Amino acid sequence: MTPPVKTPSLNPLSLKERMKVPRQHMPEQDAHWRATNFTEVNLGYSVELARQEAARCLECAKPACTDKCPVGVKVREFVQLIVAGHFMAAAAKIREDNVLPAITGRVCPQEDHCEGGCLMGKKVQSLGIGYLERFVADYEQQHLDFSQIRKVASTGKRVAIVGSGPSGLTAAGDLVQKGHQVRVFEALHEIGGVLVYGIPEFRLPKKIIREQVDYMRAMGVEFETDVVVGRTVTIDELMNEEGYDAVFIGTGAGLPQFMGIPGEHLNGVYAANEFLTRINLMHAYEFPHYDEPVVDLIGKNVAVIGGGNTALDAIRSALRLGARKAYVLYRRSESEMPARAEEVKHAMQEGIDFQVLTAPVEFLSDGKGWLKSARCVRMELGEPDSSGRRRPVPLPGSEFEIPLSVAVMAIGTSANPIVQSTTPGLATNKRGYIQADESTQRTSRVGVFAGGDIVTGSATVILAMGAGRRAAKSIHEYLTTGVW
Amino acid sequence: MPVFKIVHAAFIAPGIKRFVIEAPRIAKKQKPGQFVILRLYEQGERIPLTIERSDPSQGTISMVVQSAGKTTHFLNCLETGDHILDVVGPLGKPSETAKFGTVVVMGGGVGTAMAYPTAAALKSAGNRVISIVGARNKDLVILEREVGEVSDELLITTDDGSYAEKGFVTDKLRQLIASGERIDLVLAVGPIPMMKAVADVTREHGIRTIVSLNPIMIDGTGMCGGCRVLVDSKSEFACVDGPQFDAHRVNFEVLIQRNAMYREAERRSMDGFRQLGAVKLKALRQELEHACTLNGGRR
Repeated sequence: MTPPVKTPSLNPLSLKERMKVPRQHMPEQDAHWRATNFTEVNLGYSVELARQEAARCLECAKPACTDKCPVGVKVREFVQLIVAGHFMAAAAKIREDNVLPAITGRVCPQEDHCEGGCLMGKKVQSLGIGYLERFVADYEQQHLDFSQIRKVASTGKRVAIVGSGPSGLTAAGDLVQKGHQVRVFEALHEIGGVLVYGIPEFRLPKKIIREQVDYMRAMGVEFETDVVVGRTVTIDELMNEEGYDAVFIGTGAGLPQFMGIPGEHLNGVYAANEFLTRINLMHAYEFPHYDEPVVDLIGKNVAVIGGGNTALDAIRSALRLGARKAYVLYRRSESEMPARAEEVKHAMQEGIDFQVLTAPVEFLSDGKGWLKSARCVRMELGEPDSSGRRRPVPLPGSEFEIPLSVAVMAIGTSANPIVQSTTPGLATNKRGYIQADESTQRTSRVGVFAGGDIVTGSATVILAMGAGRRAAKSIHEYLTTGVW
Repeated sequence: MPVFKIVHAAFIAPGIKRFVIEAPRIAKKQKPGQFVILRLYEQGERIPLTIERSDPSQGTISMVVQSAGKTTHFLNCLETGDHILDVVGPLGKPSETAKFGTVVVMGGGVGTAMAYPTAAALKSAGNRVISIVGARNKDLVILEREVGEVSDELLITTDDGSYAEKGFVTDKLRQLIASGERIDLVLAVGPIPMMKAVADVTREHGIRTIVSLNPIMIDGTGMCGGCRVLVDSKSEFACVDGPQFDAHRVNFEVLIQRNAMYREAERRSMDGFRQLGAVKLKALRQELEHACTLNGGRR
């Protein structure tokens, strides 16, 4: 099926000519219009745009894009296949390394990985690798015939995957392709973990996740919802009673953190995970058609505290739910903001008010138990802290008040203890995260592997996928050699 | 794939129904004090409900449900043979069931069904169990026989005096304390004002008191933080740190305030449900049935 890839490729443009082609703009919904709806912001490349963009690739002999990809997608090769018009082959090429291309094409911080490594980015603008990946994945979905998906002969080995987020799905996809019988356990009622409860519809439509999951079902992955491993069944029971030969733990982000400032218990103060879970998983934006509500935001002032992707997802959702003023309060400066560059750009276009170098010190009550305002302080950047970023220091006398009805805390999470506390002999670090080898993802328990946020603390979808991929590789080794 | 079939459903008091549900994984693991979260249909909310008891050999769990909002009203319209879309658990930390000495177990209204499994476990652990059951009126006194069976002494109060003694459970507790009864532990489960009143009584006497809290909850695994309660001025999560807490450390005012957060939306949902009428409700039940059957293959 896959045509042989020739180097130099079918690209008729000279390298000089390629440098002159501008990066193709991603078509998107108008900023004013989209700020009122939950439909996807980016509309996706057409075939023409994709081929024009793909033609910009310099086809480096040593592609830094692939080196910088946590799952090692063969960018040069799939892009060449787009140039040649072999879109299904391009999809198959991506799938060799990435079982969730429609998802990573949308939510990866490409500037930190593939596009950050792109040679073109040093001179002009980097290749739109994320956009191209998304194009290929969407094209594949439209032209896919599930009956063409071949199942690999069974090895007779069984693997339990705990959690259906990015790391678990990636491990499951890789392992099922090695012929192992894989079952994914999910605590919630929907498959996808953070992709479903955390990332809003306007950035990653639920339909896309369902399609990617259906693809995995077609590959032979089994799913079981409503199972909280550690409570409903333990790791030991999975291995001893249910006959699993190996377990991968990818339970993800844990308990939301709060700042510990006065007034955090007031009505109207949310943890970002709750705010987003209500809106995304429980469809609060469709209340009362769906039962779960979120506080009425129409005409209200809303702020999110934090500067990561979660923070931006929360505040952009608030805007779409009718917030009059939507603020990001971030204690460092814009250049330290961990959010994906495109999200910051989109949020600014939509009219989100970024108050950087600002942190709340107290939430004030309206006297009836509801949030009325936040007392904030301005910061300046001092010496670098343990994260290598300059530490924000409060400026004396800079206090001011912002009237707020809702404040969403998006300042990170700490380790969820459920699996660790119910699995004897599973070593954790001092912050409570599971200890796993960085290259093999092995834990202290024979046959048990772990990866993603439950090992590293809050990170990104693609880093969790990278861990899932490494785990799948070493689980396969363990299952075939029997050597721990 | 899990399909959660209602193998038995019957009203045990006006507006209070007991459900026995097929949930083998949960039945096998359940311990007193733990709860499940359920979602009835695709557009449904997730609500926590305490497990009354479980039968691992039959693979069933039971729950006692009082009609309060839309979801519980809908649930109480379901009958034997119907299905529930999602039931997940057992969640939360189990009750402490060591030997304490003399334990007073207090159940207010439907809270009696939640206090019952812990009372039984405390009795098995060798404690002297004095149970105090309170209800608004005679009809709402539930599980009298069951609680009686696991108690050395059973005291009943009704708010209106239509059954047993007129008064509140706290009146009985005060009488017990005044009578010189040595109490090592009090467990109180019921409406928040009742649990708060119990805490106020026992605080004066330095009696250790455990309450089972029912904050608004969504995922039940510690992910969302919606069920946070203020304990000693610190946020704790009822789903992973609770649902049982030391009553003297809980800020009940904040709990009451946070539980009222969605009152307007809840009223709107309930109004919508009331307008459904019997025909529409039957259709909805059929739709739910269809979804649950599909569920077997789809998810």
